Amino acid sequence: MSLTLPEVMRIAALARIAVTPAEAAGVQAQLNGILGLLEQIDAVDTAGVEPMYHARDVTLRLRADEVTEPDRRTAFQAVAPRSRTACISCRRS
Amino acid sequence: MKKVTWETVIGLETHVQLSTRAKIFSGAATAFGAPPNSQACAVDLALPGVLPVLNRGAVERAIRFGLAVGAQVRSRSLFARKNYFYPDLPKGYQISQFDAPIVLGGALRIVLADGTERTVRLTRAHLEEDAGKSLHEDFHGMSGIDLNRAGTPLLEVVSEPDMRSAAEAVAYARALHALVRWIDICDGNMQEGSFRCDANVSVRPRGASDLGTRCEIKNLNSFRFLERAIEHEVGRQIAIIEEGGRIELETRLYDPDRDETRSMRSKEEAHDYRYFPEPDLLPLEVSAAWLGEVGASLPELPAAKRERYVRELALPAQDAATLTASRETAEYFEAVAAGLAAAEPTGDRAAQAKAAANWVAGELAGALNRADVEIGASPVCARSLARLIARIRDGTISGKIAKEVFDAMWAGEAAGDAAADAIIERRGLRQITDAGALEGVIDESSPRIPPRSPSTAAARRRRSTISSARQ
Amino acid sequence: MFDASLSELADALAARRLSSLELTRLFLDRIAGPGAALNAFITVDPELSLAQARASDRRIAAGEAGPLTGIPVAHKDIFVAEGWPSTCGSRMLANFASPYDAHVIERFNAAGAVILGKTNMDEFAMGSSSESSWFGAVRNPWDAERVPGGSSGGSAAAVAARLAPAATGSDTGGSIRQPAALSGVCGLKPTYGVVSRYGMIAFASSLDQGGPFARSAADLAVLMNVMAGFDPRDSTSLERPAEDYARDLARPLKGLRVGVPAEYFGAGLAPEVGSAVEAAIAALERLGATRVDVHLPNAGLSVPAYYVIAPAEASSNLSRYDGVRYGYRAAQYDGLVDMYCRTRAEGFGPEVKRRILVGTYVLSHGYYDAYYLKAQKIRRLIARDFAEAFARCDVIAGPTTPTAAFRLGEKVEDPVQMYLNDIYTVAANLAGLPALSVPCGFVRGRAMPFPRTRPGAKVACRSGSSSSATTSPRRGCSASRTSTSRRPTGTSACRRFLGEGLRA
Repeated sequence: MSLTLPEVMRIAALARIAVTPAEAAGVQAQLNGILGLLEQIDAVDTAGVEPMYHARDVTLRLRADEVTEPDRRTAFQAVAPRSRTACISCRRS
Repeated sequence: MKKVTWETVIGLETHVQLSTRAKIFSGAATAFGAPPNSQACAVDLALPGVLPVLNRGAVERAIRFGLAVGAQVRSRSLFARKNYFYPDLPKGYQISQFDAPIVLGGALRIVLADGTERTVRLTRAHLEEDAGKSLHEDFHGMSGIDLNRAGTPLLEVVSEPDMRSAAEAVAYARALHALVRWIDICDGNMQEGSFRCDANVSVRPRGASDLGTRCEIKNLNSFRFLERAIEHEVGRQIAIIEEGGRIELETRLYDPDRDETRSMRSKEEAHDYRYFPEPDLLPLEVSAAWLGEVGASLPELPAAKRERYVRELALPAQDAATLTASRETAEYFEAVAAGLAAAEPTGDRAAQAKAAANWVAGELAGALNRADVEIGASPVCARSLARLIARIRDGTISGKIAKEVFDAMWAGEAAGDAAADAIIERRGLRQITDAGALEGVIDESSPRIPPRSPSTAAARRRRSTISSARQ
Repeated sequence: MFDASLSELADALAARRLSSLELTRLFLDRIAGPGAALNAFITVDPELSLAQARASDRRIAAGEAGPLTGIPVAHKDIFVAEGWPSTCGSRMLANFASPYDAHVIERFNAAGAVILGKTNMDEFAMGSSSESSWFGAVRNPWDAERVPGGSSGGSAAAVAARLAPAATGSDTGGSIRQPAALSGVCGLKPTYGVVSRYGMIAFASSLDQGGPFARSAADLAVLMNVMAGFDPRDSTSLERPAEDYARDLARPLKGLRVGVPAEYFGAGLAPEVGSAVEAAIAALERLGATRVDVHLPNAGLSVPAYYVIAPAEASSNLSRYDGVRYGYRAAQYDGLVDMYCRTRAEGFGPEVKRRILVGTYVLSHGYYDAYYLKAQKIRRLIARDFAEAFARCDVIAGPTTPTAAFRLGEKVEDPVQMYLNDIYTVAANLAGLPALSVPCGFVRGRAMPFPRTRPGAKVACRSGSSSSATTSPRRGCSASRTSTSRRPTGTSACRRFLGEGLRA
């Protein structure tokens, strides 16, 4: 499997990463190089093997339904690129 | 040429906001109406390095729902990430459940306006987190984002496409709404967005077995909008097909001001959500013991109650349905019946229940309707209503006088359990007659006022087609 | 003083022969002086560090000191710390000051350790050379033309160059062990779940694990006693009783079965690395250990499986860097989507963008099964290989890297070559096993250390059950005792590099 240029641009759009026309061919070549490495897994017979999504075979621990977090919006909004009001703001689409 | 008649096919996806104190994956509060971002903690803001931890209360509510609709509550379910970018989605993904939801199957029994009962099958119900809100106030060309709602627990309940009209869809939504409040997993407040429906609507020639192409109408937060949006959408689809066009698979938004639906996003922007198992959360296990505990804590469900009223109290099915429209109504009715039983220890329980039912579904329901008041806030409490009914039954007053007394109680002329007696004495309403001779007549003349035609959404909610869940 | 072990430093502090303030100043001066050329630190803030040192001195005076009280420790800039910039080596977070502390930072603070600074690293921990940092490449203390390894290269270089007595790092596919190996220090990747990931900026959630860098196994144990521990804020944190990682340091090796996988000694392994590792295994045998031949038949698949799973998780984990709530935002843009695309194009470096694109692709519609699902199944096969091998041995020994440190710039343009450098390290992350790298010699006269790794001990597997979790540290630490005996070589070489009169 080898990525075409339009596929590269589709993936970049999906990932919200701008790729300029000048960069596109280079990105395409590098991705295809990497995918070439990954394709080694194609040939492996994994019939009947359960995927291993987590590093350890344990189940989830649950939290009690209690409010533990205080209001820290001043501290949290201090790190926002722009926050002129109580809200985090962002240019409209 | 024979005219084609069309059949509507509807399935609903309902977002039920679970009534936990804290959020589904963080310890921030979920209370509605707090100042913007005052309830958005580090986890909700997706600061670098934060991690989710699942709230047991949200899982417990999902289990309650699963048991209440007779579904399979899976012993092992998985969380997944649904990836997309939007300013109200801080992590760039929503934690949801994808191919291994906690609740599978189940069904909801609904009662239509004509009294017929139907079953709507459920596909699944899964846990997920809500997104924040974009506040469309203009700050120099900027949108504000309030993340208080981000991370609020939701149970998304997905039905099979079992409904055939807007009325059926509304009956289903009402039944679901009543059930989630009945089992105390959601406050049901639709204005605040605690209960929101997406409707999948398609049409097909009557008799066809294949489904037509569907459109999804998003974010319907009132029963009226749900009904009108579906009706409009059905009309739109039929018109397109009859003009030789084709329905496009798309997401549409209902505009209540114009009473129409319009396309939200076009096809070329079709999302690729890249679902994959959430690596920060291990598989969720629900033990048999936990299921047992939750099952034991469930109240008697509306369908069971309805059947019991018919069977044990000999109430007509319609009355039983009205009295189980909400848990508060059923509890009020049972308290009135219990009050009567206490006043007349040797009386006939079925006759007492019938009298209580008549008053609760009749005079009281009418008064609540007129005043647009929930039964929980009724100025006439169940015990005082029971005392009033007892006075009719022991011949102290007639049914007609009782209405006058009721109105006076409603107006607050006297308070307390013995309000009826006080009003009867003060106004000199005691009838001087042979109580025994009139007893039969009183029963016949007990007020049974049909619900008025609704003037508000709240009134409609109470009138409701009654529904309930399967046990 | 710069060569003192953590326990020697603790003794000196306890005896009031030295104050934390003095000790911290010594290291700060060394970082700013001879150490500056290494570019090992992204942030040093003497004011903050010295304030902490003063507080620690008061604590020592009050008789409330623990083993790390007053000792300066450098932290990889992947751990967020309140009051400090937490950049993760990225332009995206270049100005981000975390409003909260990572669990690891909380634990070091509670122990009275001093934050000496935030160390340089590959951007978002993606890399094997510490060259992808927005703040410039880190240099190997043994040879400034070579890389220190990555992604925790700043921590490894700092410890190797005695710019810090100890440091923390994170390891997703070898990011502690590989730089430890290439820089000639000890590095431990604990069992997945032993060290909380809360506040450790995520790269690939199911693989990431924090761990320590030090110059000896004994020091690693001291650090682990502080770093490890249950954290309710991390759903994958293991809930089990605290253990003393130093307890079995002196336990003899007699009876220890050392598994040696043939697959780790095949083509691609530099002969001088292979022979040094063989010599180290022979040394273990002389000390009473038994050599056992084992097989890890799917070892060759670990790199491709890893480079599907890690980028997939990363592509999602890094979606939060969108210019909305914190971090970098592009100056010029046209609408929301353009703001996202430019912010992320400008805020991320080339390697991070490559991995996000690969990860996005392998999760996308139509490719998920062939890549992501398949890789997770292969991950199971790899984990099974270890389980079978550990039926026959207690630890597995082999090289950490196929070669000694490579030149700066040598592999930057060739991601595939860079990825293949991780061949011996990624399997332990896929299987969630603990793994340790300790130095075992130098390449041909040049000061090029290389190491051997011990991915996973059987005991580490066992430690998943809450029963006896103490064997893992015993095995790891006692085994490494032999190799730390070679430390003087490393020390003198380090002095050579740093030149004039560095002594305390």
